[in-house]
Amino acid sequence: MEQILANGLYLGAQYALIALGLTLIFSLMNVLNFAHGQMYVFGGFVTYTVVAQLGLPFIVGLVASALVLAVMGALIEVFLFRPVIRKSKRDESTMLLAAGIAFFLDAVILLLFGEKQRGVPKIVGGVLNWDMRIIMPYDRILIGVLAIALIAGFIALMQYTKAGRAMRALAQDRVAAQLMGVDVDRYSMIGFALGAMLAGLVGGLLVTITGINLGMGGPTSVKAFMMIMIGGAGVISGAIAGGFILGMMESIGLTVLSAYGDITYLAIFASLMVFLAFRPQGLMGKPWG
Amino acid sequence: MSKAVLGVAAFLLFVFVVVPLLIAATGRWDLYYTLTSVALLSIGSMGVWLTFYIGRINIGQGAYALMGGYVSAVLMTKAGFSFWATLPLAGIFCAVISVAIGLPILRLRGVYFAMVTLVLTEVTRLTALALPVTNGAKGITSIPLPGGLSVFGIPLIPDFATLENPKLAFYLLAVTLMVLSFAALWRIVNSRLGHLCRSLQQNEELASSIGVNTAYLRVLAYAISSFFGGLAGAVFVAISQSIYPSSFVVNDSVNFMLYCFVGGLGFVSGPMVGTFLLYFGWDLLSIAKEYQLLIYSSAMIAMMLVLPNGILSLLDRKGGKK
Repeated sequence: MEQILANGLYLGAQYALIALGLTLIFSLMNVLNFAHGQMYVFGGFVTYTVVAQLGLPFIVGLVASALVLAVMGALIEVFLFRPVIRKSKRDESTMLLAAGIAFFLDAVILLLFGEKQRGVPKIVGGVLNWDMRIIMPYDRILIGVLAIALIAGFIALMQYTKAGRAMRALAQDRVAAQLMGVDVDRYSMIGFALGAMLAGLVGGLLVTITGINLGMGGPTSVKAFMMIMIGGAGVISGAIAGGFILGMMESIGLTVLSAYGDITYLAIFASLMVFLAFRPQGLMGKPWG
Repeated sequence: MSKAVLGVAAFLLFVFVVVPLLIAATGRWDLYYTLTSVALLSIGSMGVWLTFYIGRINIGQGAYALMGGYVSAVLMTKAGFSFWATLPLAGIFCAVISVAIGLPILRLRGVYFAMVTLVLTEVTRLTALALPVTNGAKGITSIPLPGGLSVFGIPLIPDFATLENPKLAFYLLAVTLMVLSFAALWRIVNSRLGHLCRSLQQNEELASSIGVNTAYLRVLAYAISSFFGGLAGAVFVAISQSIYPSSFVVNDSVNFMLYCFVGGLGFVSGPMVGTFLLYFGWDLLSIAKEYQLLIYSSAMIAMMLVLPNGILSLLDRKGGKK
């Protein structure tokens, strides 16, 4: 039991971090970022290049991932999303653009890093064994703690800084925020960069444990979408809740349902459908609007 | 009106007579496979287009294509049905399933609905892996080619296995289905049902306040959409004579949606145009080898920047409509 909870917490911390970036972008720009999974993979490859090929310490790789992805996110917002949002008749057009960017990033990753599975050596060795009740490698614990610290840092940023306040205002009401003198263009860019940066950071964290390959982008996006549906789109607390809930469900499902084959996600999806029938906007989402 | 009739006649002449003649003349038999795929994929995208028409973003068509494919494959290999009987059954099966799934999820809107349907594709793949009847990851292989079909002793369609050129037969089958689906879609859009769907697209609350049964309409449109998806999947299975859980994945679902977008959401012919351009363009780009995806996606992004409302929105500027 303790083992399941520990696994769930560890998975949940990563998932929540992925979902946070996606929900931030969604709340600010009303864009469903299909390329989020690809950004995550890209971040992982940047860390891999810095750590495994250039031989620099892991923390440098992580910072490099964050910076590269933040710059990429800012450029994508300024040169792609902004003009399309301005010109398009329907909101949904941004989805095509996001899907196009997802393909584009796939192509870039393929050309730059190849299609092989990559990983970096363990950053710390050893396994925590607490009375045979919880067995967990130290590097997983470290990554889990780092992920939780990043989530806390992100919340602090959103709550207590000027940029965070501006972004929250933007998420609540774009026009009203503009009327109050918030530079909408600038904070959309910062928000997108921040969202992309979070994706890159998770990629950098996870490359030490699960490794990274080209095919991981799509499934990661799908999981992130599920978390957002559980928690409610565009709400930060919802993304965190959704991430931890999905992590727990996956951890419990893999243990309890393993006798029946690989049906964990089937069960999760079925329960999600029932849940959405009662609460379409997710746990903490606002009703339509 | 007569201009429209002429246009349709010219289109039919082109796809049924000119294309086979051209291919016979140039000897590019491989193009048949490409064009057959275009025709089938556009049937699937027409379904997606219909859900767009009621104001829902559907990224789950791959799920229904996979379901339709499996229904057809299982009925043919395990129950000994003829392909022609499984074709409507696959569509109907998908429609029934989509009603059950649609009832709860069609209450969602915007990105919520989009996300659920995307997840649905992934879950269908997992179901296909887990169920015993689908034979798991090994899939179902060596499915027989479509047999002959005769009504009251009059042979309508010959046995595909006896034909010297099944590629041409599949092409004609796919194109016929595409034309029929297009006619059905056009009829739906220009009927009372189409008007009601448009009212849903514009404002669901307002529509329901003046007495439109929105819940029923949504499910109906979604069921029709899934029917198209199942149909396309079933024919794909007949062509490749095999089906695996990975035959239709998330990327295919996204592609179905993209075909609609590229063609333009305001036009009934949008899905066909979009499928043709994207699929054919992708095929042509295969000469660029490892840069194929890069060029393709860059072209797609560039197109969004220049024409965010779809290729057919070019017609809008000249003042034309539909």
